[in-house]
Amino acid sequence: MTTTAHGAPRLKTSAMIASFADPGQRTAPAPFGHALAELAEQDERIVGLTADLGKYTDLHVFAERHPGRYFQMGMAEQLLFGAAAGMAQAGLVPFATTYSVFAARRAYDFICLDIAEPELNVNIIGGLPGLTTGYGPSHQATEDVAIFRGMPNLTIVDPCDAVDIAQAVPQLAAAPGPTYLRLLRGKVPSVLDEYDYSFELGKAKVLRGGRDVVLVSSGLMTMRALQAAEALAAHHVDAAVVHTPTLKPFDEETVLRELAGDRLAVTLENHTVVGGLFETVASALVRRGEARRVVPIGLPDQFLDAGALPTLHHRYGLSHDRIVERVLAELG
Amino acid sequence: MRAEVAAGRREAVEAAAYRIRQHALAMGEVQGQGYVGQALGAADILAAVYADQLTYRAEDPAWDGRDRFLLSTGHYAIGLYAAFAEAGIVPVDELETYGSDGSRLPMSGMSTYTPGMEISGGSLGHGLAIAVGLALGLRARGNAARVLNFLSDGELDEGSTWEAAMGAAHHGLGRLTAVVDINALQADGPTAGVLRTEPVAEKWAACGWHVERVDGNDVGALLAAFDAIAARAEGHGAADGDGHGAPSVILCDTRVGRGVQLLEEREKAHFMRIEEHEWAVCREQLAVGYAGAAAEQAGEKVSP
Repeated sequence: MTTTAHGAPRLKTSAMIASFADPGQRTAPAPFGHALAELAEQDERIVGLTADLGKYTDLHVFAERHPGRYFQMGMAEQLLFGAAAGMAQAGLVPFATTYSVFAARRAYDFICLDIAEPELNVNIIGGLPGLTTGYGPSHQATEDVAIFRGMPNLTIVDPCDAVDIAQAVPQLAAAPGPTYLRLLRGKVPSVLDEYDYSFELGKAKVLRGGRDVVLVSSGLMTMRALQAAEALAAHHVDAAVVHTPTLKPFDEETVLRELAGDRLAVTLENHTVVGGLFETVASALVRRGEARRVVPIGLPDQFLDAGALPTLHHRYGLSHDRIVERVLAELG
Repeated sequence: MRAEVAAGRREAVEAAAYRIRQHALAMGEVQGQGYVGQALGAADILAAVYADQLTYRAEDPAWDGRDRFLLSTGHYAIGLYAAFAEAGIVPVDELETYGSDGSRLPMSGMSTYTPGMEISGGSLGHGLAIAVGLALGLRARGNAARVLNFLSDGELDEGSTWEAAMGAAHHGLGRLTAVVDINALQADGPTAGVLRTEPVAEKWAACGWHVERVDGNDVGALLAAFDAIAARAEGHGAADGDGHGAPSVILCDTRVGRGVQLLEEREKAHFMRIEEHEWAVCREQLAVGYAGAAAEQAGEKVSP
């Protein structure tokens, strides 16, 4: 069963090492692990801890450079985040890693009460955000942002690429309260260094202008939005891309300014359309009395299939060709 | 063979426990109901901790060299506020604001409200996990302060408690002590009927902890258990100079309402209702009981 009925090769899940990078795309290895190890050279308060996923959240890079500051807590996420709170109370700056599903679904109470309520500087690093594994609903954190957005005091960052991650890590540590980073791990694409861009916590950035369409995106969907904008140009459609890596607090100023005209407005997120970027943008518009139509591109409100990541990204509309199709259809 | 705890030391803690119980009754009377039963049951433990064991600065509750006492059971805050008053961390006059709007002393203990309150309890099964991180963090920073986590036997139902128990042993947190109040009662009734936790001592031992089990309303026994832990920490096979060693737990069998006969004999309830006219009886019984126990001990001293 290695071919489809039409004879095309059947893609494999390769679940845990699935990459969303395109073939031949420029990548950087383990940008989070390297950035944290660098930061720890300058800041002795930095510690790393994990719940049996050090190798799978790129924390092993930090562990090799700073073995005395690496704490293995076992496959015990409640302990992971309770202990991270205790370490912060002792004056350290912990980066605690696990998969996003386990942080958001399994350890919520501990993050909420032990970390967010006392506003401790604990940085929660969640691997496999949204649809970045074909392993199925147990590992696909399709609703992590929806879960975390309701938590007071928590800053939520959805980086696009290796550039975003490398620049975000020191800013997460410098932010006084708790943060949640939707980690991209392994060989992570480098995209944003081709633009006049730098990551600023809490800021949205216009990556390119465009007369016809505004694509507002976060996370890896910004990479797809940039690809889609290139492809749309061939269809004589001029698309702007606004990158919003900080989902909370949200840079309403920048985003609403870009949505003020009559260009087609589209949000793109690697997350269910419930409770994420789309609803953040929509509520900001409504609150200002600037109601207008916004096209949500994101994951459907359902448990997703298992399978190969490129297959699934295409199936659920996250691939750049599906984005192009959707935008052209909306433009009529 | 345990060394006898000196009478003067024991009596000082007993006197502190008596005052903690008086404060708790006064706070309970303001609310008209509440967690008085737990406070009375845990008063001897809290007195042993604050009057004998803990290093702290009453005028500077955030002093970095302090031992940390983490209250998991937020609803026991009434007892801890009483201990804070006894310790001089909170003025006695402030206790009457307990559970009232705008008070620094909310019904469930929260670190963001009260000086000296290290964590926010209430959601049960959190304290020991935080204690593990605190002990790891203090050790990493070269701070030799002890970490004590007070938890209840009800919290032994929570899986997170056992995650933390294994983590503490794995990381060799020799300066961490858990104090478990086994009052055999939880919200829906007796622990044995809600979710059986016994054999408790064997569970902790299996997780790699040094275990002491005592009558938690016997001050002499409590102090002897703390002494035994301290002796291990200083002796061989236990915590080294860096604080590595097996963590310790003191399992304290206590009686809800201890020290007030009316409440000791009442049908046990997690949230105890006390009629208005009964508070005077409670105060009287507490005073008579304490005086009687003191007289009995004085008699013991002179008898051959």
